Amino acid sequence: MTHDEIKALLFELIGEIAPEADFSSLSDDEDMRTALDLDSMDFNNLIIAIHERTGRNVPEADYNKLFTLKGAIAYLAAPSAEVKL
Amino acid sequence: MPALGADMEAGTLVEWLVKPGDKVKSGSIIAVVETQKGAIEIEVFHEGTIAEISVPVGRRVPVGTILAHIDDGTPPSPLPPVQVEISAPVGKTAKSTGETTGPPVPPRPSLGLIAAGGARLKITPVARRRAAALGVDPRNVAGSGIEGSIRLADVERLARSVPERPRHVAGYDAAAMRAAIAAAMSRSKREIPHYYLTETIDLGRALAWLESDNSTKSPQDRLLPAALLLKASALALRKTPRLNGLFLDGEFKPGEGIHIGWAVSLRGGGLIAPAIRDADRKSLSEIMSALRDVVERARKGSLRSSELGSATVTVTSLGDRGAEAVTAIIHPPQVAIIGFGRIVTRPWVVDGRIEARFVVATTLAGDHRVTDGHAGGLFLTNIRDLLQEPDKL
Repeated sequence: MTHDEIKALLFELIGEIAPEADFSSLSDDEDMRTALDLDSMDFNNLIIAIHERTGRNVPEADYNKLFTLKGAIAYLAAPSAEVKL
Repeated sequence: MPALGADMEAGTLVEWLVKPGDKVKSGSIIAVVETQKGAIEIEVFHEGTIAEISVPVGRRVPVGTILAHIDDGTPPSPLPPVQVEISAPVGKTAKSTGETTGPPVPPRPSLGLIAAGGARLKITPVARRRAAALGVDPRNVAGSGIEGSIRLADVERLARSVPERPRHVAGYDAAAMRAAIAAAMSRSKREIPHYYLTETIDLGRALAWLESDNSTKSPQDRLLPAALLLKASALALRKTPRLNGLFLDGEFKPGEGIHIGWAVSLRGGGLIAPAIRDADRKSLSEIMSALRDVVERARKGSLRSSELGSATVTVTSLGDRGAEAVTAIIHPPQVAIIGFGRIVTRPWVVDGRIEARFVVATTLAGDHRVTDGHAGGLFLTNIRDLLQEPDKL
């Protein structure tokens, strides 16, 4: 997936979790949890949705790499090193 | 119309999901009701056949009003003649019924359309049918016909002026919910002599266990710390049953089962606490699924009647974006609320040395009419001990 495709996917998935999320004011390097009011349950649901849509299993230890839009795009664009569960 | 919480006085029927003749069983969802807490799905607790629908779509009725009659197959009991409405055709009044919910209310004429004062509404038959089809309450229609009678055009004009409602109302009226919260909390502060206790609990072991457990699981099976906190609370309530129940009619009624109201904050403001039933008997993964499910449905506005008003105690967990501790207010008629603040790293003394540990401020607000601080303190230390052995939760 290209960076733009990943960004569009993330907005779509977050939009399902937090329908009122306003992406227009979201900058690339701010913490999406704060900017979009996502709690740990919401963020966990995002990780589940990413797994369901892309097959990418983000281990819990890597969650902090996906807190910003920039970080999440870079992480999901990079090839996965993890062993499939 | 069931009372979905102590503070509810009335609800508006927004959708019927059954029609006369439909078979229902315990747990069937038969209608959607709009309340101060948003749209709630109404379940039945009887098996039978829908005999009659008594409240039309769009009508707001007080708690206790019969919404529908369910024929459960038992023979009709004869009614004393005095109760038979003169206007009601024979055969319609003496029907064996199981009421859907709520206490019985005196029989009232359910045929035809009755205006607020009891006078029959003047409406043409075609307008009445159109109003029913459009979900318009004819009592809200200004009639332009003879003696103010309502004609088809009047109904259609009103229907056009009212914005179309989605079938399941997503969201809620924020002002009405605020009023409901204020009413419940004012009652609590007025009636319940609260006491408050705090225990800071070391979560080092629990979170290490969780991390290791989650590392072997795919995302949808992973647990959040909230599941552990909820399960530990439920198990501790077993040992302190006087914190689990309702204070009704001047006395404590122990809960039949440990049904934990889980406080969910709604986007855009507001709070609702659907019950996770029998939380002490659920596994951690069952609790996690239940949490995910009720949080999602609370925010979408599709909670069920059995999930509201049935909680025997409340747990509020502020989560990772909340404050460090909460001194919570009991939701009447419950007698206790357990609060968990944000999990934080703090210097902690372990075996005489200072370490950085994850801890959570755990609070209890209890009702002095039922328990005192001694029982409450034992309860909190019980939660603490349970969280030191997470693999046993």
